[in-house]
Order: sequence, then structure tokens, then C-alpha cells
Amino acid sequence: MEELNKNNVQSTEDTEAPLDKNVRLMSPTRMVVRRFFRSKLSILGLIMVIGLFLFSFVGPLIYTEWGETELDRSGTVEYAFAETTYTVNGVEYTVRQTIETNLTDNFLAPPSDEHILGTDDQGYDIFVRLMYGGRISLTVSFLAVFVITLFGTVLGGVAGYFGGFIDNLIMRVCDVLICLPGIPILLIISTILTASDIDAKYRIYLLMIYLTLFSWPGTARLVRGQILSLREQEYMVAAEAMGYSTSRKIFKHLVPNVMPQLIVQMSLSLGSMILYEATLSYLGLGVQAPYAAWGTMINIISTNNDILQNHWNVWVPAGVCIVIAVLGLNFVGDGLRDALDPKARR
Amino acid sequence: MLKYILKRLAYCVLILLGVSLIIYFLIRLMPVDFIQSKIDAINQGGATVSEETVNAMYEMYGLGDNSFSGIMKGYFNWLGALVRFDLGTSFVYGIPVVDVILEHMGISFIIALIATVFEFLIAIPLGITAATHQYKLRDYVVTVLVMIGISLPSFFFGQMLKNTLALKLGWFPASGLVDATSDYNFWGLMGQYVSHMFIPILTIVILSIGARMRMTRTNMLEVMNSDYIRTARAKGLKESKVINKHAFRNTLIPLVTSLAGLLPSLFSGAIITEQVFDLPGIGNIALDAMNRGDIPFIMGYNMFLALLSVLGVLLADLMYAVVDPRVKLE
Repeated sequence: MEELNKNNVQSTEDTEAPLDKNVRLMSPTRMVVRRFFRSKLSILGLIMVIGLFLFSFVGPLIYTEWGETELDRSGTVEYAFAETTYTVNGVEYTVRQTIETNLTDNFLAPPSDEHILGTDDQGYDIFVRLMYGGRISLTVSFLAVFVITLFGTVLGGVAGYFGGFIDNLIMRVCDVLICLPGIPILLIISTILTASDIDAKYRIYLLMIYLTLFSWPGTARLVRGQILSLREQEYMVAAEAMGYSTSRKIFKHLVPNVMPQLIVQMSLSLGSMILYEATLSYLGLGVQAPYAAWGTMINIISTNNDILQNHWNVWVPAGVCIVIAVLGLNFVGDGLRDALDPKARR
Repeated sequence: MLKYILKRLAYCVLILLGVSLIIYFLIRLMPVDFIQSKIDAINQGGATVSEETVNAMYEMYGLGDNSFSGIMKGYFNWLGALVRFDLGTSFVYGIPVVDVILEHMGISFIIALIATVFEFLIAIPLGITAATHQYKLRDYVVTVLVMIGISLPSFFFGQMLKNTLALKLGWFPASGLVDATSDYNFWGLMGQYVSHMFIPILTIVILSIGARMRMTRTNMLEVMNSDYIRTARAKGLKESKVINKHAFRNTLIPLVTSLAGLLPSLFSGAIITEQVFDLPGIGNIALDAMNRGDIPFIMGYNMFLALLSVLGVLLADLMYAVVDPRVKLE
């Protein structure tokens, strides 16, 4: 990280001159961190994201009243009284029976002490499912962005560094993949996955892996463009003159200088991945019941008008969680972009 | 210029070939089987379908062979028909795919067009105020509001609006395009369309303002830092004139270019929004087709989208050269 954003190194230019003791030297990384935390919005975004992470990953360990797929069976109980009268040997007997029927699970319960946000139409605790849903949504999107960045950096880097035939080949594949319509393709892939006998719990991970196969070209183009311009810089000529190995040139000199753009791209695409995952789950193609995901929890209102109108506690919290996650990540991404951009000084 | 365009067009055809190959293979791997459901329907009706009839039906629809070579054969059949401008016949609707697309494209286009107009009308002034008041309260308020807009999932926000404006308050109808109560004359029909399209358009506008506003703001900030703005201020021009005449005109360059990039979104239909409000637009129809395994239509729709995005990129590049005389195409 020391080499991060060489352009920022302004205060260290005159290292020859004796430095006044009052002048503090700052590493580029520290300058970036300082500028990031100067913006109130980025702090707010960071708090939102960290808060959601704690809520999703630590929350279920603390609040253990209900499980993700644990039904509240205390539901409505109906009592019926049956009276049978019969006569034996001229004496009339009356038998009273109380019939206790466990009609339903405790579904669509309003928020109460027992269920902080009530229960959904199946009798699952909504508050607890929000936490477990957050686990899936956050894990899946971080995983997807990580894989996309890995693919994009390697392929874009190779294309930009070596040029020629390989560059041509990779870029033509990019052109084709970028023209594939996103949501329809994902819908097709997810129906293919639904038919395969993969456990419902893991299908969404597989789906996101497929998503990465179609979304790396954006990152690859970014990295390639960056490397093409960096290749012409003097320090690369110097590295060439020093006879450094190719891998050293790539990983020590080129990659660290692409990192700023890459980090910004990653943090911004995290938000869109969460939205993608939520949309797929909303269409019933992502995480399947009984497992929870934020999108899956909203899915019910597309068919059930009663819940849409009268039981806001079933679906609004999940939507709010999605908004907080995406908004927080966007704030962080924006803050990082401003902090890493040497031109944007305040 | 003409040579450049022709070269690019030839390249577009190559890209589309690649895209169509991928989409065709994916679609053929889909487990949703239109013919199987058709046979099930016949079986439920009491009749029995013989093995030969089933095979004949698969053969008739061109889905008999699901091996690699079979799919390749199907692909080349599809390609051969495409050369004769024939996208095949939709399984579900029984009419040519092109007709289905044309029939439902209009409604999607109108919604997208109106939404885009409002998006520009609202986003550009917001972007300019945010840029001219950079790091002031107004900038923060506008930025945070549009950021919330970007972060809203379309299905969630659409349902929220539907729930409050349509179902709770009853100001607008909740779904569909026309109330099925009576016949309407021309103006009555128009009124129906307007009231039914209001919430979907509102949803799309609020969700899309953000990106456009931020784009305007970034460009405006860049322009405001340039030398000719300083000159304009130095010679004593009014600030309003500096902003509206000198600065704004130059922020228009990327905005106009982005107009070409909008081409796909104008015609492709908003799948989720149309699904939420049950509008008979092309996106909703495509979603339905995917659930029912209407292979020719899915293929036609996806290729239509791919064609639009290829043309959108080409058009954006051309627009750049038209709007900005410094850009030269080679």
C-alpha cells in the first residue's frame, strides 16, 4: 500500500533539503485515509456498512430467540365445545368435550416483545430472518465482486501488458460479453440452475459465479486502459532498464498503480451486486425459501396483495436493509474516489 | 467517415454473431419445456398423446435433438431464417416474433421516453445547482437525495409507491393499462393511459435521476475549473451568464453523447417495473415468455436488446464526433 497513488506524493518531493521539524511527512496512504475521513458522507457510509455487517454476522449470535428456519408454532388455537347427549336405560347423559385444534402456526403476528418485527406468512420471525438474509446478501455480493475483480484484473492486465494477438482476443471477447443483456441472461441461467439438483442454499452462490463470468469485461477494460498508459511512464522504462522480471514489473510496479481505480470500482459495484441479488431473489430465482435473503423476503408481495397492503412489517424492513446497504456502499465508494483522486482537492 | 461507419457496422455484425451463439446455447439448455407443458395440457384434457406424436412435435418445433450437434443445427437454422429477416414464430402467441415485439414495444417506448424527458428536465438543473454550490448544504442535500434514489431497488420502491399512492390513497390505478369497465372514446382512453402510467413513470424517474444528476455535476465541476470560465468572470460577466451560457453549454457534450447510449433502455422495456405494475410492455412479456419456454421469442427479444446496445455504442461514438469538433474518427 506504500506505493498507492504515487501522484499524491507531493510533500516528499524535496527530500534533499533539510526538513524543518515542524513539517510532518505523510505517507500517501495516510493522506488518502485522512481525506476519506474528512468527508462526513463517507463516515456515514462506513457506519452503515459496518453496522449492517455486525447486525448480520454478530446479531444471530446474540439474539438467539428464534432461528432462521424456526417456525413459531404457538399459532392460533381454536377451541370447540361439543355436547353429546344420549340416553342409556332411560337416564340422560350429557358428555361435554373440549376440542383443541392447533389451526395454524403463529403467522403474520404484529411486532411484539416476542417477535420484534412480527412474523411472516409462514410463521418465521422477521427480525431474525433479516439478519440471516443479510449474511447471504452481503456474502454473495462480496464474493461476486471479488471474483469479478480477480478475473478482470488478470485478463485486463494480460491484455494491456502484452498487447498484440492476446490483447485483441481478450478485448473481442469483452465486446461480445458486454453486449449480452444482463437480467434476461441471468433469468435464463437461473432457470437452468433450478432444474439441476443443487441444494437451494448454494444455488445463489453458483448464480453469482455465473454472473461474474459475464461482468468481468468492465473491470478488464478499466485495468487495460490504465496499464496501457502506465506502460509508457518513465518509471516503467527505468524498470525495464534495471532488467526486472516481467512478474516483478507487473505486480510491483503496475498493479499497485491500478489499485486506486480498482478499489473505487469495487466499492461501487458492490452496491449494484446487492441490487442484482435482491432483484433475482425478488423474481423467485435467487435464494429459495425456507432460507432467507432480503429480496426473497420481499418476493411475497408480488403475489399477496393482503401482505402488501396490511402487513408492512413483513416486507418493508428487508427493503430498508437493501437501501441502507447499497447507500452505505455508494457513500464509501464516492468517498474513496474523492480521497484517491489527486486532482480533487478541497 | 462513411468508411468508418461501414467498418464499425461490419464489426457489429460479428459481435452480434457471438452474442447470438451464447444466447442460443443458454436458451436451449433451459429446462422449461414448452412442448412438455403443451402435452401435459392435452393429457389433462383426457386425451393421450402417443410417443410418435410427441417426437413429431419436438421435431416440428426444431427441438428434437439436444446434443451439441443438434443445438448447433438448430442455431444454424435460426441463423438461416434470420438472414431472410425471419425471427420465427412465437410458441405462445402463434404469430411471428417480430409482430409480438412490435406490438408490445410501443407501450414500453412511451413510458421510457416520458421518463427520460423528465429525468433530464429534473436532473440537469439539480446537477448544476449542486456543482455551483459545491460542498455547501445544497450540494449535500441534493447528493444525498439522489443517492437514495440510486440505492432503491426498483421492485421495492415500485411496490411502495403502488401501495401508498394507488392502494391506500386510491389516487391512481394500481396495475394494468386500462380499466376493464367500459368502452372509452379517444380522450377517455388517453386519460386511462395517463393515470395508469403515472406511478410506473414516477418510479423510473426517481430511480434514474441520480446517475444523470451526478454526471451533470461532475462535468459542470470540470468545466467550472477551466480557464475560459475564469476569463468570463474576470471580464465582469454576471454569474448567471457565466453559468448558463459559458459553462452549461460545454457540459452538454457528454450529456448529448449519453443520449445515444440511452437507445437500448428506450426500447427494451423495464422488466421489473412492468412486472410490478403488470403493464403489457415488452419487458413483462419477455419475463412471461422465459417462464413458459417460448424459445423463438426469448431469442428474438435478447437479440433485439443486443442489437440495440451495439447500435447504442456506435451511435454514442458518432455523436461524440458530431458534438465535439475536436474528436476525429479514424
